[in-house]
Amino acid sequence: MKDRNHLSNVGLVHKVSIIENGLIDIPMLQILKPDGSPHKDAVVPDIDQELALKIYRTMRFIRVLDERMVAAQRQGRISFYLASTGEEAASVASAAALEPQDMIMSQYREQGALAFRGYSTEAFMNQMFSNEKEANKGRQMPIHYGDKSLNFMTISSPLGTQIPQASGYAYGQKMAGEEAVTICYFGEGAASEGDFHAGLNMAAVLNCPVIFFCRNNGYAISTPSEEQFAGDGIASRGLGYGVKTIRVDGNDSFAVYAATQKARALALKENCPVLIEAMTYRLAAHSTSDDPTGYRSKEEESKWQQKDPIARLGAWLKGKGWLDEEQENKDLETMRQEVLQELKRVEKVPVCKIDEIIEDVYDTPPWHLKEQLSELKKHMAKYPEAYPKTSGRL
Amino acid sequence: MAKMNLLQAINNALITAMEENEKVMVFGEDVGHFGGVFRATSNLQQQFGRDRCFNTPLTEQGIIGFANGLASQGSVPVAEIQFGDYIFPAFDQIVNETAKWRYRSGGQFSCGTLTIRTPYGGGIAGGHYHSQSPEAYFAHTPGLKIVMPRNPYQAKGLLLASIRDDNPVLFMEPKRLYRASVGEVPEEDYTLPLGKAEITKSGTDITLLAWGAQMEVLDKATEMAQKEGIDAEVIDLRSILPWDVDTVCESVVKTGRLLISHEAPLTGGFASEIAATVQDKCFLNLESPIARVCGLDTPYPLAHEKEYMPDHLKVFEAIKRTVHY
Repeated sequence: MKDRNHLSNVGLVHKVSIIENGLIDIPMLQILKPDGSPHKDAVVPDIDQELALKIYRTMRFIRVLDERMVAAQRQGRISFYLASTGEEAASVASAAALEPQDMIMSQYREQGALAFRGYSTEAFMNQMFSNEKEANKGRQMPIHYGDKSLNFMTISSPLGTQIPQASGYAYGQKMAGEEAVTICYFGEGAASEGDFHAGLNMAAVLNCPVIFFCRNNGYAISTPSEEQFAGDGIASRGLGYGVKTIRVDGNDSFAVYAATQKARALALKENCPVLIEAMTYRLAAHSTSDDPTGYRSKEEESKWQQKDPIARLGAWLKGKGWLDEEQENKDLETMRQEVLQELKRVEKVPVCKIDEIIEDVYDTPPWHLKEQLSELKKHMAKYPEAYPKTSGRL
Repeated sequence: MAKMNLLQAINNALITAMEENEKVMVFGEDVGHFGGVFRATSNLQQQFGRDRCFNTPLTEQGIIGFANGLASQGSVPVAEIQFGDYIFPAFDQIVNETAKWRYRSGGQFSCGTLTIRTPYGGGIAGGHYHSQSPEAYFAHTPGLKIVMPRNPYQAKGLLLASIRDDNPVLFMEPKRLYRASVGEVPEEDYTLPLGKAEITKSGTDITLLAWGAQMEVLDKATEMAQKEGIDAEVIDLRSILPWDVDTVCESVVKTGRLLISHEAPLTGGFASEIAATVQDKCFLNLESPIARVCGLDTPYPLAHEKEYMPDHLKVFEAIKRTVHY
C-alpha cells in the first residue's frame, strides 16, 4: 500500500477519465435480522450465555437509566442529559469485544460502553449531580464521564478532538509494548471536523493500533446526514486514508461484536487502525435541550422503533432458550428501583468545597490562583447566603 | 562548557532528555531524518530511531491532538509546530483539550508531560506568517505554561525543565537568534526554574522588562540610556505563564518606573496584563505611567518590518519619556 504512494509507482491512463462512479456502495454486515433470527449464511459469533446476557442486560440498564434521567432533567433535578436510545448495541456490543486494558475514548453517547465496563449506578449519579464524590470533582456538565480505573478517558464537549488523541494514545500503547488498543467513538457529524481527517491520516501513516468507531445515526442535532456528506457515508473515507474498514448494522449486537472483535485482532497484530461505521438511528432527542419534532417525522421514528437493538437480541436469546422472560421483567423492575433510589440518595450529596476550584488547573496551584481563591473566600464569607452550596464549608 | 548557538543548545537538550527517558518522543513536520527546517532535531532519528523521532503528516491540529493522546497515555511528547504562525489550527486542541485535561478529569488524567516547541518572532523578513509572536493568545488559557528563552544557556536549561515539568508547556523559541545567539552552554544536565524571572542587570532608575529575542533590544537601549545617566534595571521574564510577579514588583517598588516591551501587537499583548497587575500592586510606588513599547496593531508587515519592530531606539525614547515624566 505504502509503496504505491510514491510518484514513480502511479499507474498510467492515456485518455481523460474522471472517476465519477467512485461511490462504491459499501455493504453492511448484518448477522441477526430485525426479528432476532440469524441470516442463513451468517456466522453467529462465539458468545456464551453469560456474555450474551451481560450485553442484553447492560443495554436494558442503559435504557432504564436514560428514561429516568431524561425525566430527572425535566423535573429540574439535573441540568442536562443526553440519551442513547436506539443506539445501545453500538456502544455495549463493541465494548464487549474489547479487553479491560483497552482505552475507550468516547464522544458522549456511549454510556453503554461505560456501563459494560462496570461503572456503577452510583458513579453515574455522582457525575450527573456534579457532587463531591464525582471523579471529575463536579467540574463538567452531566454525561461527561471519565474513569481512570476503567480505562475510560474523560469525555469533553468539543467534537472530534478525541480522534487524533486516540491515535496518539494507541501509539503510546504500542511503544510501551502493551497488548492493548484504543477505541475511539464519534458520531457521523463529528466526522466532518478537521480532527477526523487528522486522526485517521495520522493513525494510518504512523501505524497506530486504534479502532475508530463511528455511530452513524442519521442526525447531528437537526442536521440529517444528507446535509453532512455527499459520499458513501463515513466508511468510504476510511479507504481513502488506507484504513481497513467495515460497515455494520449498529442495531445488531452480533454484527457490532463480531466486527469489533476482528478489528481489535487486526489492530493488534498489524499495528494498524480499523474504521467501523455502525449504521443506526438516534431514537432519542439529541439532548434534553433539543426537540426533534421540529425536524423529523413520527413515521420515520416509528420505522426505527421496529428495529430496536434490545428487542432484536432479546428475541435471539429467547429462541436460544437463554432468557427467562418473567425473571427479566422482575430484574427490569429491580433496575428501575435501584436507579431511582440511587438518584434520590445521591442528589443530597454536597458539591466539592470551594478550594477545589483552583486544584488540578496545574499540578499545584500557582501564586495567582491562590491569590484569587483567597479573595473569593473573603468575599463569600461576607455574602454567604449568595453562595449556598459552598459557603457553609469555607 | 561548549560554545553553542541556540539551535545547538535545543538539540543538546533534546538529546539529554531522550537519553534520560525512553518515553520522550519528538515529532512534527520535517523533524525526522531531515532534522527539522531549522535543524533543531538534527540526528535525533539517527540516534534514537524512527519510533521516537518521526515526521507527521502536515496537520497542526493532528500533531497536537496526537500529542495530547500520547501524553495522557504516559509518554513524554515533545511536539514541534514549524512556525508559531501555524499554531492556530491547533488552537482548539491546545486551549480546549491540552490545557483543561487535568482539571476536567478531576486530576485522573493529564497532558502534563507534553511540551510544544515552536519558533516565534520577527526580524527575519518573514512577513505575515513567519514572524508572529502569539504568546498572549495562550496566556489567556489556564492550565498552560509558557516559556520563552533569550539565549542558548537559557534555552537548554528551560527546555529540559519544560520537558520534565508535570504541566503542558508551550516553549517558544526566538528564531531570529537561532544562529545569531552563541554562548557557553554546559554539556552536562541542568535545568532553570519555570515561573521565575531573571534580573540580568540591576539598576535604580527604571525597570525594563521583556522576554526572548526582545532582551537584546533592551540591552542596547539600556546602554544608550546609561550614557545619558539613566541606570536601568533589566529583567528577563522567561516565563509568561505563570509569570513572576514578585521579582517584577520588587524591582518596580525600588525603581518606581516600569517599561515593558514585546514584539507582539500592543492591544491585548501580555504587557497589558503585567501593567495592570503592577499598577494594582505598586500604585503608591509608581512615579510615572507604565510604558509599553510593542509591535503596532497591524498584521506583521514585510517591507515595513524595521518600522514595525519595537527596536532599541523606540525603547530608548520611551525610557527617557518615562524617567523624565
